[in-house]
Amino acid sequence: MFYRETGQFKQSYAADQAVFPILQDRIGLAIILLVAFVVVPLFGNEFLLASVMVPFLILSLGAIGINILVGYTGLLSLGSAAFMGVGAYSAYKLSTIFPGVNILVWILCSGFFAAGVGVLFGLPSLRIKGFYLAVATLAAQFFLQWCFVRISWLYNDNPSGAIEVPARTLFGIAITGPSATPVTRYLVVLAIVVVMTLLASNIVHGRIGRTWMAVRDMDIAAQLMGIRLLPAKLLAFAVSSFYCGVSGALMVFLWLGAAEPSAFDIKLSFLLLFMVIIGGLGSMIGSFFGAALIHILPIVIRMLPEALGLPIAAATVEHLTYLIVGGLIIFFLIVEPHGLARLWQIAKQKLRVWPFPY
Amino acid sequence: MLYNIFIDPFVQMAQMPDLLVQTLWEGLVSGVLYALIALGFVLIFKASGVFNFAQGIMVVFSALTLVGFYEKFSAYGFSGHTAAFVALILTAGVMFVLAMLIERVVLRPLVNQPDIILFMATFGITYMLIGFGEMVFGGDPKQMIASELFLPSGSVDVEMLGGMVSFQKIDIAAAVIASVMIAGLALFFQKTRIGRALRAVADSHKAALSVGISLNQIWVIVWFAAGLVALVTGIMWGARSDVSFALEIVALKALPVLVLGGLTSVPGAIVGGLIIGIGEKLGEFYWGPLLGGGIESWFAYAIALLFLLYRPQGLFGDKIIERI
Repeated sequence: MFYRETGQFKQSYAADQAVFPILQDRIGLAIILLVAFVVVPLFGNEFLLASVMVPFLILSLGAIGINILVGYTGLLSLGSAAFMGVGAYSAYKLSTIFPGVNILVWILCSGFFAAGVGVLFGLPSLRIKGFYLAVATLAAQFFLQWCFVRISWLYNDNPSGAIEVPARTLFGIAITGPSATPVTRYLVVLAIVVVMTLLASNIVHGRIGRTWMAVRDMDIAAQLMGIRLLPAKLLAFAVSSFYCGVSGALMVFLWLGAAEPSAFDIKLSFLLLFMVIIGGLGSMIGSFFGAALIHILPIVIRMLPEALGLPIAAATVEHLTYLIVGGLIIFFLIVEPHGLARLWQIAKQKLRVWPFPY
Repeated sequence: MLYNIFIDPFVQMAQMPDLLVQTLWEGLVSGVLYALIALGFVLIFKASGVFNFAQGIMVVFSALTLVGFYEKFSAYGFSGHTAAFVALILTAGVMFVLAMLIERVVLRPLVNQPDIILFMATFGITYMLIGFGEMVFGGDPKQMIASELFLPSGSVDVEMLGGMVSFQKIDIAAAVIASVMIAGLALFFQKTRIGRALRAVADSHKAALSVGISLNQIWVIVWFAAGLVALVTGIMWGARSDVSFALEIVALKALPVLVLGGLTSVPGAIVGGLIIGIGEKLGEFYWGPLLGGGIESWFAYAIALLFLLYRPQGLFGDKIIERI
């Protein structure tokens, strides 16, 4: 009744090819953006902004990067956390070498460094496929992590071995460092994530995205149709690593404030892969769903016993979290192997025909 | 620089052959243990096409269960060799129940799904086992009941090549037990009825179904076999160090072994394990100092990557034939 495209005629090719062809979708998106940009900063408390929303957005950005590689191009990669690390370390190096330049420039620039490293480690993907490729990308994960520990130039010979974010301002307002308020950090992250999501959505809906999907569905057939595999696969690695790199830089600069090499260990790679698969392979909105589920669920589980007044030890809660998250992963895979994005589609379809389900 | 990379290590090897033998031996032993974990992976991958990430945590879980049972027994004054072996049998029982549960709850509803979904499901299993294991046994490292299981300790020093080479007795035992187990598995696969059924399922699920082999039953058996391999691996690793969740990281070491040998090949797992084990130790010992040490964490992957570039399906893996 409310969600029906009847009567919305497309009178130009541009209208036909729009990313959001249905009016209700555009309204919904506008409402979501309004809530995100205005309502959340106005009414959210510090915990919600700093510990829930900022990490959620940053992880979503990383998940989009992995979705481009795994979901759209079909190349299984387990090295994504290392590419995030490359982004974080290059942003740190750049901003300490050239402190005068706007920090946002360096955060976006760090993506190019990650992209370069990603292309380098993506080269084997031309010969190696499937799980073999996944293990090959683990080489990137462990090698880069080793570099973060051993090459002291990367962390400016800091005796603690960690990188600490310098305080930087944007238009006179502190956005990184200890003096930055959660609200400003949240707004900066949100703006970057929204712009980059739109960009990614445009890439995957265009010619490049169709090339990737052809490679995913069957690379030999794609090759026969005239798609050159080398540029297609390497571009997927580059774009994916770019997104991971920016997300890693954001993670250190606007979320954690300081990071050790272990922040980018293999667990983060797996966590991001979870998000993509639970959210839905090959779906932008799925990346957000997955990040929300994987990041927010453990927070909720940890807070529940306290909220209900149950006397459970902190360690037990931690173990229960593992148990429940593991169980939920299996549960969601069994209920809907195509991810939460598919559930969302089904719900939309139901809504379209509601209240007459035929 | 080039001299340091290409000549100096070999000069060192020639000058001190006893150190070389010692390094080779250490590589061999860790290679055998990697091979054992990889073997668990291969068993499951062959029979059900599932890339079982949970193998590493199954190693930890089985070892913890064994120690946990033994501790419970000794709390009631029942200890010594008998108690240890009763605990061993009970642990095998637990692994069987685990195999049944995994088959019933996870694999059966997910039949015919893409590989990556099943791979993710084994992640779910990993998380659940970590949570459950830590909840029941606690997160502290435990001592493996090595002497109660008649596993030797101490070392044998042999004088050879102008120096002393020391062999840990537990390492020798590990190598022997691993060889016996691999031989036993090979016999089981070649000579028994169930083994034939397993090989049939590995060849083709549909053909196996059509001649009346129950896939569900086979999966339980295979996961149980992988659980037993995990138990033996857990005992061996546990006896060398402590039993703790840190062992989980060892499972990641088994992955390059696996792709090096080929995901579907039992001999591949063993040969791959030895190559990785020896290559890793030699690399760390002779080339590691050039790069600042600690290269063990990624060197195995680099070796595997080089082999894969040459043979994308691993050394012994089935050739990947793609048709349109």
